[in-house]
Amino acid sequence: MTNEAIIQLKDIDVTFHNKGQTVTAVKNVSLTVNRGDIYGVVGYSGAGKSTLVRVINRLQRPTAGTVEVSGQNILDLSSKELRTARTKIGMIFQHFNLMTSRTIADNVDYPLKGSKLSRAERKQKVAHLLDLVGLSEKAEDYPAQLSGGQKQRVAIARALANDPEILISDEATSALDPKTTSSILELLKRLNKELGLTVVLITHEMEAVKEICNKVAVMDAGEIIERGDLVTIFSKPDKPLTQDFINTATQINQAMEKIYKQAGTLGLDDHHILVQLQYVGATADAPLITELYKRYSVVSNILYGNVEILQDTPLGNLIVVMAGEPDQLNEAWTYCEDAGINVTQLDPNSEVA
Amino acid sequence: MLAKYFPNAVTMKGDFIQATWETLYMTFFTAVVAGIIGMAIGIGLIVTQPGGILENRVVYNILDKLVNLCRSIPFVILLAVIAPLTRLIVGTAIGTTAAIVPLVIGSAPFYARQIQNALAEVDRGVIEAAESVGSGPIAIIFRVYLREGLPDIIRSSVLTLISLIDLTAMAGAIGGGGLGNLAINVGYSRFESDVTVGAMLIILVIVFAIQLIGDFWARKVDHA
Repeated sequence: MTNEAIIQLKDIDVTFHNKGQTVTAVKNVSLTVNRGDIYGVVGYSGAGKSTLVRVINRLQRPTAGTVEVSGQNILDLSSKELRTARTKIGMIFQHFNLMTSRTIADNVDYPLKGSKLSRAERKQKVAHLLDLVGLSEKAEDYPAQLSGGQKQRVAIARALANDPEILISDEATSALDPKTTSSILELLKRLNKELGLTVVLITHEMEAVKEICNKVAVMDAGEIIERGDLVTIFSKPDKPLTQDFINTATQINQAMEKIYKQAGTLGLDDHHILVQLQYVGATADAPLITELYKRYSVVSNILYGNVEILQDTPLGNLIVVMAGEPDQLNEAWTYCEDAGINVTQLDPNSEVA
Repeated sequence: MLAKYFPNAVTMKGDFIQATWETLYMTFFTAVVAGIIGMAIGIGLIVTQPGGILENRVVYNILDKLVNLCRSIPFVILLAVIAPLTRLIVGTAIGTTAAIVPLVIGSAPFYARQIQNALAEVDRGVIEAAESVGSGPIAIIFRVYLREGLPDIIRSSVLTLISLIDLTAMAGAIGGGGLGNLAINVGYSRFESDVTVGAMLIILVIVFAIQLIGDFWARKVDHA
């Protein structure tokens, strides 16, 4: 990963006029993606993610702002120059968008017809691309004969036909089951490593981001409300929406809901507190629970535990009931914080985000 | 046997061959000309419509209104109204060749609408995917719209062709001849019903043949 910016969006506004109504889909968004990044853009549907990434290859012309891709000012290009620029920006879609009248090989060959390659070279290229996505034996089939995951692989092969530097993935895994989703994400990660492909991944699922992205931006109502590298966002989410996305991805929300429902049986009082412990990196390895007992005679009852490995960094979440004398509990709390653990007291009477 | 059920028709073999030939002649040449014009207008409508790849409100509205106007005129009236134009193009306003002009004007707008509907079925996402790999409007029309829409284009062409044969039956009104003319001016007017029925049967055979070939072809190219 270098720090060379490959995509630079500055002050992008996109407004739509429809029957006298003005809708602002993207509001004053700036975004920089570096070469080699897998940049996740997360948000609920209608947040403006798809509109924003369509600005990158000018499928959507922004109302205001500047777009620079690989050093080219995309908004200044003529139609012909734009078409050439687009061959270097691959795109895949939620519904695959393959041509039903063409075979798999023909679908992948489609973008090559405008290129300077000879017929034989094109055939070789198509074979290579199908091999890359693991679908060589399906070359002569039609899209209708393929599963969703296979169709998306064909779409990826098609998007890569002209050796793009960038791949935009617009909810590409949203129509797929979890297992197929993982395999497609793995493929994207492999392409990122092997070909140095920069990936912009739009999704409403933080799980997808968690698996492969190194950076993430959270969008809400047309604006980017939070952004940063993956581990930072996951360990210290600032905005409630970001926390919500992360809690859904780590399934901590479901756990909390279950715990809160049975709050009565926990017997919470001065001597028993319900806390969430969150830790990043090496601290995850320390035998925390034992230390708390040895030092402060505080007994921790683990109700829920989860460890995520993000970009090779472990990120742990524990929900525990700590039992002990009030001052001992206080000291235990301070000990945890000193050890770099993020401690939050949970209130079962509050709503789960 | 044939003489028993078709006493008058068997004596008119030459007339039947002549009339069938005229019907096929009018159908074929109209289909070629109206096919090209209708296809062009249909494509024009689809690419200039709101949200199309060459969105253009003015062009779209002109084409749209033109198609509606032409389709509103009853064909029998069109035959008469268009006579001066026919004379300008063909040199005469009566006869089989002259009938082709009103037939084209009567069927091209219908075909244009059919093509527009067929192409509207092409997934917008596929068009977007083609744009995203750098295809221009010409490539999208020929390599995406016409290719992806082919099964529906064949089906609407069959429909148009059959309604065109329907129209040729009226060409007798301006001396165009054909099977329709034979059925009415000979069969019906002279109370020789067997001639009418005979002409009808030949038309049915032509229509069924077109339908059969069209269905087979459409199924063959449809991989959806």
